[in-house]
Amino acid sequence: MRAFELTAPTTLDEALTSGATALAGGTTLVDLMKLDVLTPPRVVDINALPLRGIEVDPAGDLRIGALERMSAVAAHPQVYPVISRALLLSASQQLRNMASIGGNLMQRTRCGYFRDVAMPCNRRDPGSGCPAIEGANRMHAVLGTSDACVATHASDLAVALVALDARIELVSTQGGRSVALADFYRLPGDTPEREHDLRPGELIGEIVVPRLDWAARSTYVKVRDRQSYEFALCSVAVALDVRDGRVADVRIAAGGVGTVPWRLTAVEAALRGGPADEAAFEAAAQVAADGARPLSHNGYKTALLPRTVVRALLEVSRG
Amino acid sequence: MDITLEVNGETRHLSIDPRVTLLDALRERLGITGPKKGCDRGQCGACTVHVDGRPVLACLTLAATVREPVRTVEGLAADGRPHPVQQAFAEQDALQCGFCTSGQVMSAVAAVEQEVADVREFMSGNLCRCAAYPNIVAAVEQARSTKESADARV
Repeated sequence: MRAFELTAPTTLDEALTSGATALAGGTTLVDLMKLDVLTPPRVVDINALPLRGIEVDPAGDLRIGALERMSAVAAHPQVYPVISRALLLSASQQLRNMASIGGNLMQRTRCGYFRDVAMPCNRRDPGSGCPAIEGANRMHAVLGTSDACVATHASDLAVALVALDARIELVSTQGGRSVALADFYRLPGDTPEREHDLRPGELIGEIVVPRLDWAARSTYVKVRDRQSYEFALCSVAVALDVRDGRVADVRIAAGGVGTVPWRLTAVEAALRGGPADEAAFEAAAQVAADGARPLSHNGYKTALLPRTVVRALLEVSRG
Repeated sequence: MDITLEVNGETRHLSIDPRVTLLDALRERLGITGPKKGCDRGQCGACTVHVDGRPVLACLTLAATVREPVRTVEGLAADGRPHPVQQAFAEQDALQCGFCTSGQVMSAVAAVEQEVADVREFMSGNLCRCAAYPNIVAAVEQARSTKESADARV
């Protein structure tokens, strides 16, 4: 690990004006600093900042402080099942006790080439090339890819939040701004090193999940190589509102398949107003992987995605 | 930089580089070698300790960021008697080489305290290359039933 200067301010202003790399749970940052993937000269420990609390506000929106730990959010009784489930299927219990949810949303890709400084990587070292496109790409994305980068976004939580139209409240010394999480993440395009819309001097302050009365009927299905403690090959977040046997409303997003959390609006549109049965789910899911660009070793994901969508819909409709 | 750690009920003062992890501070500076350095990348769980009562990975924790009390496997025994989870690991033969055991035990203590429903899922962050998993799960279940009968007596 390269030497760095560490400060631990207790006020937001000090942290926001520090110009240093923010450290919360450290599960991404310390890991990547040990690998020399990240070499920040200055690090600011933000754990003493007042960015905590989990509550439902008077409008019924769920507000979660960015420094709340994954385990605390997962266990909170007012958190929608799809969020709890996505968190509990993430990482290990030790990591969930450490990682903040703001940090979870800012975590870096698990692409093996990104994590290995001996290899080229456009995301880590712009213009150096992408060995994954012709290389070991079984875990990589099929949606939202570019000729510069095919790395998946690793967060399960972000998939659940994108399905629920969550926003993030960004704080800075210029005041705050609110961004839809779906707009926060950037497709790699020609500039994969620009992963998100966070500007210098900004921090994620709060995650806001809009009130959705029927989201009690929601779930997260994660398909992976191991039963536990593994990243997704494909995952699906679903919230489903069934009335009189028909789909009144639905939200669906997928993980493990895209370079960003992937909302499946076409599948949602195909389901709305139709019967809430397996045949309708199967038919609607056929468009889930539309636009996919499979690589040499990950073509299976174009078949796995619609199947995972159907399984998630069946689980939640029977639940 | 100068830091203060509370480890197993004792206050310890250290002067360290910001790069020093909690694991290295415990092992190399304080001589507390129960937490083990396995992968040193947050993947194996051998370094698991409790911070503020919750299991965390000491290898991914910078020592200078620790504000709450730390408990290691050395802090489990009370009055010269092993913790019920340690006793259960011995009785169920829940180890072979023993390298992962202190981390397994720290997670297992939390599993029992939190009364987790799915022991295998909860313990998945602790790898055992000897594959003592069936006996580890049995030890956690034994410690849980010991606790339940103790709770029932209260």
